[in-house]
Amino acid sequence: MTIEEQIRRYLAENFLFSDNGFQFDDEASFLEEGIVDSTGVLELILFAEETFGIQVEDDEVVPENFDSVRSLADYIRRKMGQPA
Amino acid sequence: MLLVQDFLQESAQRTPDKVALICDGQRLTYAQVDAMADRLANALRDHGVQRGDRVVIFLPNSVEAAVSIFAVLKAGAVFVVINATTKPQKLAYILNNSRATALITWDRRADVAAQMKAQVPSLKFAVLTGKKAGERAALREDFLAFDEIQAHYPATRPPRLCIDQDLACLIYTSGSTGEPKGVMSAHSNVVAAASSIIQYLQNVPEDIIINVLPLSFDYGLYQLLMAFKFGGTLVLERSFAYPAQILRRMEEERVTGFPGVPTIFAILLQMDLSPYDLSSLRYMTNTAAALPPSHIQQLREKFPWVTLYSMYGLTECKRVSYLPPEELDRRPASVGIPIPNSEVWIVDEEGNRLGPRQIGELVVRGAHVMRGYWEAPEATAERYRPGPLPGERVLYTGDLFWMDEDGFLYFVGRKDDIIKSRGEKVAPKEIENVLYEIPGVVEAAVIGVPDPILGEAIKAFVVLDGVTLTERDILRHCRARLEDFMVPQYVEIRDSLPKTASGKIKKTALR
Repeated sequence: MTIEEQIRRYLAENFLFSDNGFQFDDEASFLEEGIVDSTGVLELILFAEETFGIQVEDDEVVPENFDSVRSLADYIRRKMGQPA
Repeated sequence: MLLVQDFLQESAQRTPDKVALICDGQRLTYAQVDAMADRLANALRDHGVQRGDRVVIFLPNSVEAAVSIFAVLKAGAVFVVINATTKPQKLAYILNNSRATALITWDRRADVAAQMKAQVPSLKFAVLTGKKAGERAALREDFLAFDEIQAHYPATRPPRLCIDQDLACLIYTSGSTGEPKGVMSAHSNVVAAASSIIQYLQNVPEDIIINVLPLSFDYGLYQLLMAFKFGGTLVLERSFAYPAQILRRMEEERVTGFPGVPTIFAILLQMDLSPYDLSSLRYMTNTAAALPPSHIQQLREKFPWVTLYSMYGLTECKRVSYLPPEELDRRPASVGIPIPNSEVWIVDEEGNRLGPRQIGELVVRGAHVMRGYWEAPEATAERYRPGPLPGERVLYTGDLFWMDEDGFLYFVGRKDDIIKSRGEKVAPKEIENVLYEIPGVVEAAVIGVPDPILGEAIKAFVVLDGVTLTERDILRHCRARLEDFMVPQYVEIRDSLPKTASGKIKKTALR
């Protein structure tokens, strides 16, 4: 499973409680679309750390790294030392 | 300043070129905000908004939301800001309950606006904000685009229609009966509350407030109103979702005032704050729920140059009390003394006034006590009762308190089962009603459980009959019907729920 697929599945199960997957595109803003709410970002951080073994720094918690499937996947790859 | 729009208008006269609002990457002066509000006000009037009409603002914290609030006031109407995560069924309920004339929302909600137009007889038109508003508005005569209004309408100030006895806004709040009710604020209530708070916070025009709280929440709304009243600057953010960004902004803009709720302070205290220069901060305020004493201590250790205000209030009168900062050492658990020009007392079940250290219900008297609940005379009569002088009404808070010998207040708990999660009021009944909508749910009970970040997390228990449902199914339904802060964190499916002798669900036996 790609990182994007893992993120989509996590969001579908834990934020959307959806039965038919993640119905937004990879560029959709989590905050704008109401996919993740104001305390939800904390859960995303935990998910990223636990699933991919990375350490998220406080100042990396910005919309550019966390606000869409694409941004989050790219951020995780960078942290894992993989090419984007 | 007698009407709420005077807060903006008088500051625009005194300091037109001063930056009033920093939001969405824009820096707007008082003159600019005033002009934008005038243009929108003229458009609202042009399309049928009359004195006293209700206009619902369904937007996240944004330039458009701030401008809309003042535009509605300038049109002589009553603004109603609701949470941006409100789902369609509740939106329709509020629009119908308030018999709203217009809806201001963003382009992505155009379909919802169309739905509302069909379901709400009083609704005459909608204003859409955002880049796609123009194309959506072109399709319907009853949809307008915010940016087009700014481009085409004159910024002439509309005539002054109201007196301070007229309503300025309705603030919808959850009640224990499960149906949200609109607290009616007259202009005079807002002026009284804002003046009093500005006095004890010692706000000056040099203050720069950062607001991360929703404008649909009175605590967030008043940051905008007060900043304009004392002629300061408001940095308006969507939420505290990205704390590092907020701290960065506080440093950049040299923010002096930071209002928060315990959830925000809990998150802040988990962070490494050393990279940020927060020396500009003058004060932090807390209300909506009690700050744990350990957090008060940590905040004072990390921010020794900042004055911390512990406060208490409720939507029905905006604010009740504040703890003078010099008392924080001696009485850290207290929420303080009544705000200037108000008084409180504590009563027993029969309404008799109690003495020091006796627990009872807190009663509030003052010009900030609001007019009641919109078109809900019974609910109003329960909370807003006759006061000492003929014709006046005082507010029965529904909260249990005691007072020490020096008159300092200590919050004990709520009389009803309202939950405070992330500082927001959550009515278990409202969530239970939503749970009962699910086919197969025969019993439902919602309680609050302690949570280090949320204050209280929401836990739902359901009993099913004849269906197989997962917790996820239940959460999905909740998410589709409730605002984000009302969606339960935990769901437990049980075979049965504990009952009292009379057959009612016994919540005290649930954990």
